[in-house]
Amino acid sequence: MGYTRRQALKAGGSLGLFSALVALGLVKPGDAWAQAWNKGVFETKSVADALKALGASAPTMTADVIVTAPDIAENGAMVNVAAVSKLPKTQQIAYLIEKNPNTVTAVFDIPPGTLPEVQTRVKMGQTSNVMVLVKADGKYYAAQKEVKVTVGGCGG
Amino acid sequence: MRARFILAATAGIALAMPVLAQTGASADFQKFRDVMEEDNPAELFEARGEAYWKTPSGPKHASLEQCDLGLGPGVVAGAYVQMPRYFADVDKVMDAESRVVHCMVTLQGLTYEAVTRQPFSNQSGTPAHVNVVTYVAGQSRNMPIAVPQRHPKEREMYQIGKEIFNFRAGPYDFACATCHGTDGKRIRMQDLPNLTRPEGAIKAVQGWPGYRMTGGLMLTSQWRMNDCFRQQRFPEPKYLSDTVTAILTYQAVNAKGQIYRGPGIKR
Amino acid sequence: MADPMKIRAALQGDVVEVRVLMAHEMETGTRKDASGKVIPAHFIQTVSATHNGNTVFSAHWGPAIAKNPFLQFKFKGGSKGDKVQITWTDNQGDKRTDEATIS
Ligand code: HEC
Repeated sequence: MGYTRRQALKAGGSLGLFSALVALGLVKPGDAWAQAWNKGVFETKSVADALKALGASAPTMTADVIVTAPDIAENGAMVNVAAVSKLPKTQQIAYLIEKNPNTVTAVFDIPPGTLPEVQTRVKMGQTSNVMVLVKADGKYYAAQKEVKVTVGGCGG
Repeated sequence: MRARFILAATAGIALAMPVLAQTGASADFQKFRDVMEEDNPAELFEARGEAYWKTPSGPKHASLEQCDLGLGPGVVAGAYVQMPRYFADVDKVMDAESRVVHCMVTLQGLTYEAVTRQPFSNQSGTPAHVNVVTYVAGQSRNMPIAVPQRHPKEREMYQIGKEIFNFRAGPYDFACATCHGTDGKRIRMQDLPNLTRPEGAIKAVQGWPGYRMTGGLMLTSQWRMNDCFRQQRFPEPKYLSDTVTAILTYQAVNAKGQIYRGPGIKR
Repeated sequence: MADPMKIRAALQGDVVEVRVLMAHEMETGTRKDASGKVIPAHFIQTVSATHNGNTVFSAHWGPAIAKNPFLQFKFKGGSKGDKVQITWTDNQGDKRTDEATIS
């Protein structure tokens, strides 16, 4: 991820759990940054702040990142968003939802051997751009798609 | 037993008149739901229901594995697409939900009141019988609807259901048939299936039990029917009443031969 | 205790497609209950998948992932009969691990 191991450990929250997992032998200490959840990233409230927190200030917009989501979501409680990156050495894929209370919804790590393709479902409070941010070979790229929401999903 | 008596009004109801209109978005919505159907969270409830079915519990510390859903004790596969049906042990027609509750009472020794205290899922949780119904429904996936009409009481239930379906009453003089009796009707963005024909009736059958995206709740046919009575400004039926069994029989018989692909996923 | 996940792992050519449904409320922490009290946030924060001891996928989530989350990813190097293990942990310290056999 776009932050150091120390930052990740400092981010707290899941640190107690993390130590417990290490103690149980479930997590190797080296997995630290892969395990600790970065509060700073997930609490950002704008695309600009989110990109900054992810270390991706000015991503290149590209057609090599494909965002598949409905044009109109019947219900914002469950919006399927799929992302495919055609960029070599894709390391990370993140979902940013511009109009949601918290911008960053998901950050996926793509180790070598794993395809740069992911799909999950998100909640959307209102019509918004959904941005997919890709880190490939150390550089940041992005693409986005507008999803119209007829019934907001943040009520539950 | 006649529809008029079952439907005798008990509550005053008046709300805004729903607007019957045509809009264009429903094809998009169908596409959106198709994406969800492939990985329907209803499966999580099926798994819970299966665990409940197989695990001893209740005062009698019994599982539901001896429950007779109409095909003999313990036979789950294919039972759902053959319900509602006549059960000799209670001398009446029961839908799947009524039968599951019946088994929890008779086999596990729970009281009817305890099982049905919370009839439907809500934010505080999913009742055990709802999980079980979802499991039972899932065990008929991809099978043709074959609700029996052999026993006189089964045929009577169908006739009562048909009568209720066409029974106009309430502040707007609506019947189910007003909204669901012809092809191509819509309210706001929602398509209204024609429940008198197999292609429409199957939508009712496989929609529920269904996972409702709003609130993320697993809801049953009984819930759907109550909500329809409410929408029609009729008094809400009692949980597991014969009124609802009759309507469910009417819909399921009308869906004869259609392939069941539920449990559903709904807006 | 959390309910089991539904995991499907299917080999297509040389790619294993993994589809997971997880039973979780994914409570945002902004909703109120009937009595007006805020329902505390409760959501999955990390998901990781391993195959033969190697991490093949990991995710960090915020509360805006939909209730009863769905996740799909694909990796290479798996064979029929191999196990794929998925673990999630949430912000209240709950966790759950399940595995599926590649078919
Ligand atoms: C005022 C019009 C109206 C009346 C009258 C009405 N309904 Fe409905 N019904 C609807 C609407 C609208 C929906 C779709 C709701 C949705 O999609 O959320 C619906 C949905 C349904 C469904 C679910 C279909 C599916 O695809 O899942 C069933 C079954 C149903 N109604 C049965 C009935 C029955 C039985 C009655 C009579 C007791 C009835 N309805 C009366 C408007 C009506």
